[in-house]
Amino acid sequence: MDFEERAKNAVGREFVAFVSAGQDYCVDIAVVREIRGWAQPTPMPHSPEYVQGLFNLRGSVIPIVDLAARLGLPPTGSSDRHVVIVVKIRDQLWGIVVDAVSDILSVSDAALQKTPDVGSAKTSAFVSSVISHEDRMLRMIDLEVLLPVTREVAA
Amino acid sequence: MSDPMDEIRQTFFIECRELLEATESGLLELQGGSDDPETVNAVFRAVHSIKGGAGAFGFDALVHFAHEFESLLDDLRSRRLEPSRPLIDLMLRAADVLSELVSAAEYGTEAPEEMAQQLVGEIRANSASGEAPVDANEDDFAPVPMDFGFDFGMDMAPPERKAQVFQIYFQPKATMLANGGEPAIVLRELAAIGPLTVSASLNALPELEKMEPSGAYISWEIQVEAEDDKAIREAFEFFEGDCELSIQQLEAEQGEALGLPSLGGPEVDAAAELSVPAEIEAHPDAGSTPAVAEKVPTGGTAKVAANNNSNSTIRVDLDRVDRLINLVGELVVNQAMLSQSVLDSDVRVETSVSKGLDEFKQLVREVQDSVLAIRAQPVRSLFQRMTRVVREASSATGKDVRLEIEGEMTEIDKTVIEQLSDPLTHMVRNAVDHGLEKNDARLEAGKSAQGTISLSAAHRSGRVVIEVADDGGGINRDRVRAIAVEKGLIPEEAVLTPGEIDNILFLPGFSTASKVSDLSGRGVGMDVVKRSIQALGGKISIRSVPGKGTTFSISLPLTLALLDGMLVQVSSHTLVVPLTSISETIKPHPENIHMLAADGPVVLVRGEFIPVIDIGAALGLREPLECFDSQVFVLVEHETLGLRAFAVDNILDQRQVVIKSLEQNYQRVDGIAAATILGDGKIALILDPEMLSIKAAGRDDAFWSLSNKPEMADGLRRAS
Repeated sequence: MDFEERAKNAVGREFVAFVSAGQDYCVDIAVVREIRGWAQPTPMPHSPEYVQGLFNLRGSVIPIVDLAARLGLPPTGSSDRHVVIVVKIRDQLWGIVVDAVSDILSVSDAALQKTPDVGSAKTSAFVSSVISHEDRMLRMIDLEVLLPVTREVAA
Repeated sequence: MSDPMDEIRQTFFIECRELLEATESGLLELQGGSDDPETVNAVFRAVHSIKGGAGAFGFDALVHFAHEFESLLDDLRSRRLEPSRPLIDLMLRAADVLSELVSAAEYGTEAPEEMAQQLVGEIRANSASGEAPVDANEDDFAPVPMDFGFDFGMDMAPPERKAQVFQIYFQPKATMLANGGEPAIVLRELAAIGPLTVSASLNALPELEKMEPSGAYISWEIQVEAEDDKAIREAFEFFEGDCELSIQQLEAEQGEALGLPSLGGPEVDAAAELSVPAEIEAHPDAGSTPAVAEKVPTGGTAKVAANNNSNSTIRVDLDRVDRLINLVGELVVNQAMLSQSVLDSDVRVETSVSKGLDEFKQLVREVQDSVLAIRAQPVRSLFQRMTRVVREASSATGKDVRLEIEGEMTEIDKTVIEQLSDPLTHMVRNAVDHGLEKNDARLEAGKSAQGTISLSAAHRSGRVVIEVADDGGGINRDRVRAIAVEKGLIPEEAVLTPGEIDNILFLPGFSTASKVSDLSGRGVGMDVVKRSIQALGGKISIRSVPGKGTTFSISLPLTLALLDGMLVQVSSHTLVVPLTSISETIKPHPENIHMLAADGPVVLVRGEFIPVIDIGAALGLREPLECFDSQVFVLVEHETLGLRAFAVDNILDQRQVVIKSLEQNYQRVDGIAAATILGDGKIALILDPEMLSIKAAGRDDAFWSLSNKPEMADGLRRAS
């Protein structure tokens, strides 16, 4: 058993927890590339409302998604206090705008609970499971679904 | 890529591709009537080198076929066979099979065994060996030493390697013992390699009272059987410098060829292994001793000759060049940034900072040009391939065709050349199949029976223009129109200009051929050609004169990484318009701007009303403008729609920008070709004027959406 595997078994999976529109969310730390301060993105025409625009990440052009707007909540908006979480999904880099990053935590696989069936299509589509952590409910975001499928459209 | 063997294999395949190209171009030269013996020799050497390398890696099918091919070439070389057309055709086909066998070996795909078998049969049938008159002529003598060379090479296949006996003399120094070296362990390791005999020499052993307890006095003579000396050297690896060591192979003759090449060596080994080292030393310059070099065309001499031809080139991994190009792109951005901040800080022009910056700009430009030139290659190899396409197409259609080639030394980016191959092949085939009339029809039309296809390449204002022209009957516009209506591609009542009709050829699903012919019925149409050209950031246009012929003209950027653009301002946004699509910029007098109705602005330029496109509104960056009086107009030309005036607030600058893909991390956006990064680190969008014109024209019906898919942006997106 290699070191990584051992570490994983001991502490479970690691998540980056953050707050968006007053709610607690988290994503698997493995997809997070970096966390950056907010900067005014370049608006992009003909893009969905939740795409704030383009961002220069050291020479790469990456789109910035407003998480709250994507989830149907009031948009995060734009201010210097916001944070951009850069994630890598399907070989694409994306920035997700959130209010603040709150924590990095280790959770065993057993603590992942199935999303309660609340009958909201949007919620159950984007939230893959929930974690109970210190009296808070962390919603684990399914980024694959959250970000629009682009490769297929482009092909 | 950590496995060194894997890297050597990769190098072999890269080399193979070059050798295959050399083979083909040589054969084509022969076909063109060249009787230079060096041409045959070059082909021979190329095939031979492939065989040699393939042998070293144990690609048996490849070795076998190359060997047959080589024998045939040897017959040609020694003039036992004449370079007749059928023979050259056979050889070209053999080159194809060889190429497929190489790919099969590289990608582990299925080898075209049946075809190879069949060709081997044909080659043998054509082979002159055995029937050749046995002359005392020295040319005929040539194959003898050469064949010896091959067999030698084939025996070299690694699995067949026989064990050699090595004689080792090993004397530990005191330091070896002090460092923890233990001769017994070394001997045990050697014993694990193969059967060994060891004898210890006690000659150096002093008398007991003179003996230093920490001294080393015993030496060993060892004979061990091993495949090569690698394992043996490994056994002594830790004691290098701490002992006296000599390893010799007992059978000296084989030893030189087999024992020395190590597995970790560079790719040259594959060829070098085949050579008899003495030969190279004796004739280091193949040119000065041509007679000898001819007689002993081993891998070694081939290598020497190759080195003579190309001693100023170096083979580099394309990834590294790409990285360099990207870095230069960043440098360009950085330079722009620096210029901007110097400008902002109000430094006066005559200061040293400003002067230094000017020089820096020039240097950056030069570095950029040089770096881009690394990837540039003449289109010659591509054009040469077309000679063959024409030959095949003409024999398939029974038309007599001559190919004229112009500007084959024109250089373009290597990746562009590679991706041009398929579209160009299709266009040339099309020109022969559809463009040219049958021979008798030509005579009737008062032309020569032989048709002419001309292929040309030239640099024109920062772009490369490649043209495929035929002197055939031109496009039959009535027929094209009728077919398009019949297939439902255009409405029956559509009024189209001749140019628009010609462009129907680019519509998907369009074909003038009444029945699918061998040549063009491969499910590929001009729409695919257009799409692949657009994917390279290029444009394709068509000119046709009834009775005189048709010309397809492809205009391509020199590189896929950078773009000359005009920076314009629209409300608070900076946008880039590719310079190639701009025909002029104007600031018209307000009275020249008219509204067609409530909206639908047009501008009068030299007597022509040109539709105005409000870029800000078209991209959704702001509400539509009410008044265009303060706008600057950038006139862009669309191949079928004609001129369009893009209304912008301001023109900022004209400069080279680095193309950054949108698609890599996001997706295609209508009207946007790509993005770039400005001097201040902000992102600016690069417009796709074609798409914007089409969308603004509101002609979103089947015709326009089919004929003008926004693939132009593909190349730009892919570039970064």
